[in-house]
Amino acid sequence: MTDMPDTTLTGDPSHDAPGEPADDAAGYYTPGDPIRDTKAPEGPIADRWQTRKFEARLVNPSNRRKLDVIIVGTGLAGGAAAATLGEAGYNVKSFCYQDSPRRAHSIAAQGGINAAKNYKEDGDSVHRLFYDTVKGGDYRSRESNVYRLAEVSTNIIDQCVAQGVPFAREYGGLLDNRSFGGVQVSRTFYARGQTGQQLLIGAYQAMERQVAAGTVEQFTRHEMLELIVVDGKARGIVARDMVTGEIQTHLADVVVLASGGYGNVFFLSTNAMGSNVTASWRAHRKGAYMANPCYTQIHPTCIPVTGSHQSKLTLMSESLRNDGRIWVPKKQADCEKDPRDIPEEDRDYYLERIYPSFGNLVPRDIASRAAKNVCDEGRGVGPAVEGVRRGVYLDFSAAIERLGRDGIEEKYDNLFDMYARITGENPYEVPMRIYPAVHYVMGGLWVDYDLQSSIPGLFVTGEANFSDHGANRLGASALMQGLADGYFVLPHTIRDYLADGPFEKIDESHPAVVEARAAVEDRVAHFLNTKGTRSVDSYHRELGNIMWEYCGMERTEDGLKKAIDLIRTLKDDFWRNVKVLGTADSLNQSLEKAGRVADFLELGELMCIDALNRRESCGGHFRGESQTDDGEALRHDDHFAYVAAWEFAGDGEPPVLHKEDLVYTAIEMKQRSYK
Amino acid sequence: MKVTLKIWRQPDAQTKGAMHTYDLDGVSSDMSFLEMLDVLNEDLIAKGEDPVAFDSDCREGICGMCGLMINGQAHGPEVTTTCQLHMRSFKDGDEIVIEPWRADAFPVIKDLVVDRGAFDRMIQAGGFISVNTGSAPEAHSVPVPRDDAIRAFNVATCIGCGACVAACPNGSASLFMGAKITHLGELPQGQPERDSRVVGMVSQHDAEGFGGCTNIGECTAACPKEIPLDVISQLNRDLQTALRHGH
Repeated sequence: MTDMPDTTLTGDPSHDAPGEPADDAAGYYTPGDPIRDTKAPEGPIADRWQTRKFEARLVNPSNRRKLDVIIVGTGLAGGAAAATLGEAGYNVKSFCYQDSPRRAHSIAAQGGINAAKNYKEDGDSVHRLFYDTVKGGDYRSRESNVYRLAEVSTNIIDQCVAQGVPFAREYGGLLDNRSFGGVQVSRTFYARGQTGQQLLIGAYQAMERQVAAGTVEQFTRHEMLELIVVDGKARGIVARDMVTGEIQTHLADVVVLASGGYGNVFFLSTNAMGSNVTASWRAHRKGAYMANPCYTQIHPTCIPVTGSHQSKLTLMSESLRNDGRIWVPKKQADCEKDPRDIPEEDRDYYLERIYPSFGNLVPRDIASRAAKNVCDEGRGVGPAVEGVRRGVYLDFSAAIERLGRDGIEEKYDNLFDMYARITGENPYEVPMRIYPAVHYVMGGLWVDYDLQSSIPGLFVTGEANFSDHGANRLGASALMQGLADGYFVLPHTIRDYLADGPFEKIDESHPAVVEARAAVEDRVAHFLNTKGTRSVDSYHRELGNIMWEYCGMERTEDGLKKAIDLIRTLKDDFWRNVKVLGTADSLNQSLEKAGRVADFLELGELMCIDALNRRESCGGHFRGESQTDDGEALRHDDHFAYVAAWEFAGDGEPPVLHKEDLVYTAIEMKQRSYK
Repeated sequence: MKVTLKIWRQPDAQTKGAMHTYDLDGVSSDMSFLEMLDVLNEDLIAKGEDPVAFDSDCREGICGMCGLMINGQAHGPEVTTTCQLHMRSFKDGDEIVIEPWRADAFPVIKDLVVDRGAFDRMIQAGGFISVNTGSAPEAHSVPVPRDDAIRAFNVATCIGCGACVAACPNGSASLFMGAKITHLGELPQGQPERDSRVVGMVSQHDAEGFGGCTNIGECTAACPKEIPLDVISQLNRDLQTALRHGH
């Protein structure tokens, strides 16, 4: 739904902010030198990837087996990279915290994967997919990276089909496509509502084949807890075997992080329970810049929270908005009534009212914020949690009348079943209730065109990096990016770095290794020895509430400053008062969570500082101070057309802000409008 | 509502386990089964007792990480994963017995957590199509009849949770294996390795200590993704064909 229509506001949208930009985050950060990507070749955008692939040096096949590659994470980005680098003959070690690589959270993606195949002959092309993605990202992504993503998208489909991914097909046996998220072309490939699962199993099987071939060694139930940096280069990780508690050192010539997103900083999100930021955050503390951490995608069609016991939120495909009508009662007094008893004239179909041309199909961020606004006004529906009803109706009664119950079953049966299972209500009879939830983060570790971070030898792929989605991500593009990075981008760019290897051998007595291990051991000991009074989950839940309240769908200067204070106090209390039972040398799930929450607390503060600095509204980031007279998002290209790359400066020190200016040569920047 | 939980507690693989009883009050029917266990664990932590270890990750029924024997049934009384089971399936005052998957090939790691590494090793033994990245032909060069693609998809929805093994009196993984054999065997891309795949997977299955299939059907009844029993027929047929071909 994040596709942008071709409507342009006239005039300079930034006219109301002349002169110097407000420096809201003054005092919270230190200005640093600008940075830029030095790896993307000059020249026409369509030629850059071919040029880079040619210029990137080759590694002789006989040398590859002497080169050790560590990959953290086994989702689409990590699994695909492990398989591909294994096939090429490198020595790969693959790590995941789950009991099998097949469980990584890519598996939960429902909708589909975009590719510029133009099988429908409806005007799609690499350039159009590129254009839609940059525009969808509200002009906050790096254009050369996005162009490459669109370019390799077609290879992904070929690869997956050859692996046996059972995509949906037409009667003639050819692949089916659908239009997704309101885009005007049909470029989305899908496997019913389980596309992520099927793509991940494809990558997993390719990786397991390499395990059998001896090129990939897999470490399941292992969690990376520290990055080892020697002479400025990433040279390994410290990991904990989650079954035995053993702290292990793994050394290599290069380290790849494919460890996913950090949406769980909000405690409640659609992410898996174990999804966390620790791998990325440990790298950040060792020198990897964190880019645009405040860019969060909040998905409008999730099942609302029912109580304080809630552990996670469940997304339902937004395809539901194609046929469902969203409304709340006009009067607060009606909010407790059975919705079927509320007459038509007392219902407020607020999206159709405010956005007559797009109606229920407005982009994700707009639909989400509108839902928040009506609930804040006291017109939400469903059970009240902590005094507020947070839910709006998604009503299929008109669609059922039009298409018949059979027609709706055919399209949405699995979603209706899932809703009924979770809520105990029958959506064929009673309107569904939905509410927005954190779903994806566009921010992540800063990388150049080669996907290399600011630490040489540390590469970052998939959701863990920042590069392709700008301030908002198009539907069906997360799967595309994960597989593009893993199968087709990283294997080429990493060889240019490895061409200088194998690097000087280091052993476990190296001071950098000793220090990294000691840091992990100290942390583990600290958590177990604190013997405080509050459980890890209670801290995580409180952090999540702060983030959702002040760094969620709408952010303001005052709110963010308050959040930073609250997080600092909470962090301080956490380190003094957390209660972790059990031992270090066994399976200890509280201990695992403690390490993750410690890092979420630091990340949460940085996200608030980043959001505070960015006094503009763009994509998924809405600043209350930056809106049009009628309450729509207002971007400020003259002040904020940059990537904010944050450098860690030490505990208690303000982070350093490095700006990468965004320059568009192949596309013109426009302000969006949905009215 | 109030429930009485009888839970298998076992500190590690080497130590003998036992059932422990816990009373839990204030359970809401909207809670998922695992959220109910989260609440129990918060109570245990408050009392200074070791929380119950159990696996879960996506909590939306797709990753396959969770799986408990609940009152003797794999994933409990509904046809779904443990994480999608809700407390409205139980009533006030119920006694609920919770155990880990029971199978020789799935050793207990701690409490309700088991080691399902055998499934990965079975996939390594042939559950794939050999195609290196970049060497794939154009996706439309090989049409696949729609019905074949649908059947391949339906069995490819297996989440590898292990409920089939836990439910089987013989501890057989034939349903898991049959699902993979059928998924890849239905597609033209899967034909070149069809014989070696089934022989490799079956050999690994037996080496891992899974039992033989005697067509009882408990596996398919317990499967949260409703993988049909006939995938085992296809497995047996493919194995016979491969053996006839001299494998």
